[in-house]
Amino acid sequence: MASRTILGWPRILAMTIIALTATVAPLPDLLQVLRPDFVALTVLWLCLLSPRLTGLFHAWGAGLALDAFRGVLFGQHALAMVVIAYVASKLRLQIRAFPPLQQAAVILALLWLYEFLLFWIDGVSGHPVTDWRRWLAVPVGAACWPLITGLYARFATKR
Amino acid sequence: MTNHESDSRPLLLGGPALGLRLIVLVIMSIGLMVADQRQHHLAVIRDWLSAAAYPFQWAVQAPLAAWDGARESLATRSRIEADNIRLAADNLVLRLKLMRFDSLAQENQRLRAASASSARVVQRSLVAEIVRVDLDPFRQRVLVNKGSRDGVFHGQAALDANGIFGQVTRVGPVSAELILISDPEHAIPVQVNRTGTRTIALGTGRSGQLSLPYLPQNSDVVAGDLLVSSGLGGVFPPGYPVAQVSVVQHDPSQPLLSVTAAPLAALDSDPEILLVWFDSVVVEPDPSSEPEPPAVPAPTGGPGGN
Repeated sequence: MASRTILGWPRILAMTIIALTATVAPLPDLLQVLRPDFVALTVLWLCLLSPRLTGLFHAWGAGLALDAFRGVLFGQHALAMVVIAYVASKLRLQIRAFPPLQQAAVILALLWLYEFLLFWIDGVSGHPVTDWRRWLAVPVGAACWPLITGLYARFATKR
Repeated sequence: MTNHESDSRPLLLGGPALGLRLIVLVIMSIGLMVADQRQHHLAVIRDWLSAAAYPFQWAVQAPLAAWDGARESLATRSRIEADNIRLAADNLVLRLKLMRFDSLAQENQRLRAASASSARVVQRSLVAEIVRVDLDPFRQRVLVNKGSRDGVFHGQAALDANGIFGQVTRVGPVSAELILISDPEHAIPVQVNRTGTRTIALGTGRSGQLSLPYLPQNSDVVAGDLLVSSGLGGVFPPGYPVAQVSVVQHDPSQPLLSVTAAPLAALDSDPEILLVWFDSVVVEPDPSSEPEPPAVPAPTGGPGGN
């Protein structure tokens, strides 16, 4: 490989913080419901591409930070994040070998699992959000996947 | 920088270590959720975490705020003059109303003293600016730039110029999170101003709509009725406007009316709100008036309600 990774903890921290701020940045109402979960996408990317540096503990920390940012039940995003990070880490060798479209399909499934866990925890904890539009973030996130991988690959490597 | 040659960590992940970490972290997450939900042990930690997140949240909206500020300072002279004329006219009307208010307030106080009930009006207020971040598109929550340093407390009522806005759910040192009256987890005790009927207005998750699901078919409510806060529960000051009834649907097959109302406060466009202090004595409902509304299934979204 011609490129060499320069991904270290400072960059991983920066990526996480940027993803967190992107999750709460103000948007018009219409775009708000279409906003993908940038933190989940970042965690998935790191789990697939850089599993030796990050892993479940990073996913958990990022999930807790997201809980604090959005002011929801503490531990909710952390749990969902850890589960999808586990699946992604476990299957990463297969997923990395997939062509882009198939990769996006796997991401779609993982994001759906993530959103489903959140939906389920919302319901169990007595704060149900039954608005169907909450599921829109899942296909939008999967559609953003090629973009995110391209962007992060530039950010994480130097030629 | 990762040096792959000298890295002794295993290249192939998985095995018991990964599964074990998953189980440990999942159990820790569930423990945190239970502690947060059931016992509210984490309230202090939550408040501090919100405080730690606040600088980032503030930084996110800073460019927008700066843009607004720049536009404001470059506003044209003619617009400012027009604003000035309009505000002067408004001021005149308000002063005219105030002239009567002083004497009415005194008279009211005398009458209250005679019937030995305390007048609960807002005594002190604090202007707080709304920090423009999107906390959650499906919940009606906002962040404001005043916190416990300014004396803000859990469950404090917030108003804007037109009516009741919401209440404080989380307080950091310099910021606080508010739940709006339109949040699906919020319920506010209200009174129909025209008839005195008491009921409860629930949020729907849409900023322009409240629902009043506990009114029986025979209750006297029509579109256009003003709903004011009844003050039961002691969270909100009584007598302040909350919403205006927009639709009343009579369905004879249902035991209850389906009523929706539009909040009077500009929930999604206010740049600033008022946090208020008032003498919160919990009044017993007057037994001679309308019967109590049924118990509310939804929590009032009060202190630590999340």
